[in-house]
Amino acid sequence: MLSNIPILSSITFLPLFGALIILLTCSDDEQGGKNSKFVALWTSLITFILSLFVLFNFDNDLNNFQFIEKASWIPLSNVSYHMGVDGISLPFVILSTFLIPVCILASFQSIKKQVPLFMSLFLILEVLMVGTFCAMDILVFYIFFEAVLIPMFLIIGIWGGVRRVYSAFKFFLYTLLGSVLMLIAIFYIFSKTGTTEINEIAKFSFPYDIQILLFLAFFASFSVKLPMWPVHTWLPDAHVEAPTSGSVILAGVLLKMGGYGFLRFSIPMFPDASIFFAPFIFVLSVIAIIYTSLVALVQNDMKKMIAYSSVAHMGFVTIGAFSFTNEGLAGSVYQMVSHGLISGALFLCVGIVYDRLHTREINAYGGVADIMPNFAVFFMFMMLASVGLPGTSGFVGELLVLVGIWKTYPIVAIFCATGLILGAIYMLWLYRRVMFGKAIKEEIVSLEKLSKREIIIFVPITLLIFIFGIYATPLLDITQLSINNIIDITEFHQNKNTVSQIATLKD
Amino acid sequence: MVYFIVFLPLLGSIIAGFWGRRLGDKLSLYLTSTLLLISMTLSWITFWQLSSNHVDKVYPLMEWMNVGDFNVVWSLRYDMLSAVMMIVITTVSAMVHIYSIGYMSHDNSKPRFMSYLSLFTFAMLMLVTSDNLIQLFFGWEGVGLASYLLIGFWYHKPSAHTAAMKAFIVNRVGDFGFILGIIAIYSVFGSLYFDEIFSDVEGLHKLSIVMLGFKINVIELIAILLFIGAMGKSAQIGLHTWLPDAMEGPTPVSALIHAATMVTAGVFLVCRMSPLLEFAPFALNVITIVGAMTAIFAATIGLTQFDIKRVIAYSTCSQLGYMFFAAGVSAYPASMFHLTTHAFFKALLFLGAGSVIHAMSDEQDMRKMGGIWKKIPITYALMWVGSLALAGIPFFAGYYSKDLILEAAWAASSNSGYFAFWLGCLAAFLTAFYSWRVLLLTFHGNFNSSKEVLDHVHESPFVMLIPLFVLALGAIFSGWYFYNDFVGYNWKEFWGNSIFISEKHKAFKLAHYVPLWVKYLPIFLAILGILCAYLFYVLNPNLPKILSKKFYPIYNLFFNKWYFDELYDYLFVKSFIKFGNYFWKKGDEGTIDRFGPNGISKLVKIISSKSIIIQSGYIYHYAFAMLIGLVVLITWLLLDYGI
Repeated sequence: MLSNIPILSSITFLPLFGALIILLTCSDDEQGGKNSKFVALWTSLITFILSLFVLFNFDNDLNNFQFIEKASWIPLSNVSYHMGVDGISLPFVILSTFLIPVCILASFQSIKKQVPLFMSLFLILEVLMVGTFCAMDILVFYIFFEAVLIPMFLIIGIWGGVRRVYSAFKFFLYTLLGSVLMLIAIFYIFSKTGTTEINEIAKFSFPYDIQILLFLAFFASFSVKLPMWPVHTWLPDAHVEAPTSGSVILAGVLLKMGGYGFLRFSIPMFPDASIFFAPFIFVLSVIAIIYTSLVALVQNDMKKMIAYSSVAHMGFVTIGAFSFTNEGLAGSVYQMVSHGLISGALFLCVGIVYDRLHTREINAYGGVADIMPNFAVFFMFMMLASVGLPGTSGFVGELLVLVGIWKTYPIVAIFCATGLILGAIYMLWLYRRVMFGKAIKEEIVSLEKLSKREIIIFVPITLLIFIFGIYATPLLDITQLSINNIIDITEFHQNKNTVSQIATLKD
Repeated sequence: MVYFIVFLPLLGSIIAGFWGRRLGDKLSLYLTSTLLLISMTLSWITFWQLSSNHVDKVYPLMEWMNVGDFNVVWSLRYDMLSAVMMIVITTVSAMVHIYSIGYMSHDNSKPRFMSYLSLFTFAMLMLVTSDNLIQLFFGWEGVGLASYLLIGFWYHKPSAHTAAMKAFIVNRVGDFGFILGIIAIYSVFGSLYFDEIFSDVEGLHKLSIVMLGFKINVIELIAILLFIGAMGKSAQIGLHTWLPDAMEGPTPVSALIHAATMVTAGVFLVCRMSPLLEFAPFALNVITIVGAMTAIFAATIGLTQFDIKRVIAYSTCSQLGYMFFAAGVSAYPASMFHLTTHAFFKALLFLGAGSVIHAMSDEQDMRKMGGIWKKIPITYALMWVGSLALAGIPFFAGYYSKDLILEAAWAASSNSGYFAFWLGCLAAFLTAFYSWRVLLLTFHGNFNSSKEVLDHVHESPFVMLIPLFVLALGAIFSGWYFYNDFVGYNWKEFWGNSIFISEKHKAFKLAHYVPLWVKYLPIFLAILGILCAYLFYVLNPNLPKILSKKFYPIYNLFFNKWYFDELYDYLFVKSFIKFGNYFWKKGDEGTIDRFGPNGISKLVKIISSKSIIIQSGYIYHYAFAMLIGLVVLITWLLLDYGI
């Protein structure tokens, strides 16, 4: 029954439909704003339910892309609109469709101007994100991947804070620089292989020196998105200026595109180069973990602190991915999903108090726990999840990454694990300064408690983080076979390299 | 039944936590306490069953994670080691729950408090019943979380939430070692389950890896890493700084978490891993030495403190040191024995101190107490019992366990064993001294505070005294009751497979055959300590002042806790903030942004402002440019084609 319906395209383009309805029918006044909110919420909810169909009908034992749709697009050069999901992309599709309704619900009160435009931009953002993760054609991927920039740029630029223009441009400049190189690389790949199908390209083995160059070109794009140290400085600024829901999507999904890119393109397509660059990536990631954790420690701006902590957590993702071990790769995907939920929720927490007090300065708070007890519970839970307490999803991801990297480079694991200590320091300190103490300041005492809508936002995320924390098998099972594919490739090339090294030694 | 023992406290915690406000204070108090009492009864019943039939069991719950070989299943392991821990945990916890009904009667968030207490109990039970290392780590972090929440329970007080944060972070330093140890175990054994690990140890104990150019024996490395974790949780020297500060929490918390149960998790871990540690002689030596140093170091600080709870906290720290050096000389049963007896008498002392503090209108400074024994005679008597047990006076619980530990240390006849023995003896003297210092300063002499406080001094209600009685029974009889099973000749049968001692390590076996003077020296020193305290604080009250002046540097060192806090503050806190600021201002903003995005946009501006000059709009400018272009083109063509 389902095989006849182009379900992935439905998921991808249903939000576009919603966005068009909003843009065509809702005027920019109070009533229009209200209508647009509900249209957006319902569209995104239906999309989410549709995506659950994919989740439940996804076959974990099938070692390939599923729900494949294919239509010729540019016949002359064999480019086709080709969609499908495998174990690596499915979690991200679900993550995207899950976070969008949450974000829309979260911006019901906080967005005051041009509501219909905002809502439709969010729906368009969903189209592009889901498209990115479903694309099986590298050119289609590229278009979605880059187009994501536009709505995000607008969301920061129009609804952002005081320095929004600077941040938006910084964001654009960084990400564009990387993508130009990637585009050139894609053209080169097409000219060599004559195809843009991801599956086909992965079968092609490029010469070693070409792999190095292509890897670097893709690396330029993905490392900025992730972001890795030292190209991370756009992230704190973008987060600080973005509206709450923008931050949630940025941290929750957009950063993951970088990690997804590594897993989908860099490692399977350029395995020799990946093996060659792995130590370099470990160094950058370890620096990211320690350096940004220390920087996060001294921030006075809550959002900036969480943004820096994201960079540190993403360090785990790259380390896991380039450990080329089963545990490491699984941990890498797990960490991305879990970080998507946790950091998203943390930004929501900041949004909750920001909506009330209109400042992100940590020192302006203190004693909030007394006034907003429910909020204190949610924030505490998110903080602990971010710290990686067992029983939350954060723990599983970090643990698996550490296990994976210990197998290959124990010393990297030791440096990496310092992140667990540093993470605890800045998060606990943040919580303490914001929530604990006596509520003396007048504006704190008069804070409103969590509304029903806000509780509804938090409950599903909290449950997911908890369930993923105590029962990790379902998600791990989904990713297992796709990860095995990657490992097969890298193991083959690692063995090949050692064989050739032995051969040269014999000569 | 094991399911019920573990999950009833969780049930209580959830109900009191989520619906406590709706249920009302009374109902949540009674509900959580009742559930704990049931759990306690069940764990005693199962304990007796197990000690008669000796059948170890694993009760599976559900799968947790599964990636390749890395698979973890939630399950409850019930063997003698977990059974002993369970009776200790549930008994002390049930008593603390009941005690809290009285102690927290003036507090206005009782359900939250009870919920945390029950949550702690659940996490601790998960820790001890774990069948694999990851679940153990779950419990390990869970108790850490509960401890964090309970230390910071009065979150209005800055000192309380600072202490809570400190406890969590210092523990994290230990966890850093622990988690790496777990991962190392997995990489060597390919499994996380105790049975599978232990059955492979013998074959793998000579394996080594190269790290940073050094060749390291893997089992030793694992043992040291795990011990770092144990040091954090059990407040051993170096990672002990959080424990005294943790006294900011309500007193029942100190009794349950920071005396009887959580802090002994490290000792439990070491005993649980005994089959592995037996193949790591170097690590065992380290454990012995660290334990012995902690025992003496904490005792010296305990001598000089004036906060009644802090003295007892340092005494806990010191007693944990004993347990560790017992484990270090491979006398794990002795270590577990002391853990059990200590849980009873230390919880008694803490709750007794709580009763004093309650009577003194929340005063904790012993200098402001004195002479109140007539007003609170029951508490006073019970404090005596606790102190006698702590000092190791014959036939009280501590006498059996502490003496055995010292004898085992002597019988190890190794350098580290003798080291531990002598430091342990000295610490025994100091223990007796500071215990009686507490008793004499608190209950005897003149009252040193305002009259209102004195008028208010009252004996605690029954709901607080009953738990004290129960614990006092433990403090008196637990040593005598458990002696034969725990450390008698049949210890192997009793502990079953849960504790393993290699044939090479004879300390525990020989502990029963030491020279007489070794047996009697600790008792003699303890009595001497009591007499000294009497001399110092009753016969000649000026003596402490004279001595502290005369040995000012040493006294100051002890009084300021060997300056550990100051050192760490300087080494870590300040330097982290300095580095953080440096990276942020000089790294991110000063370098990356300056030469990255800002630099590029500046460059673009400069170039475009320069290129504006060329586009002047005058035709002769353009004509000139064209002319130059033409000249360049022709020159290039000429050169290229060699015309």
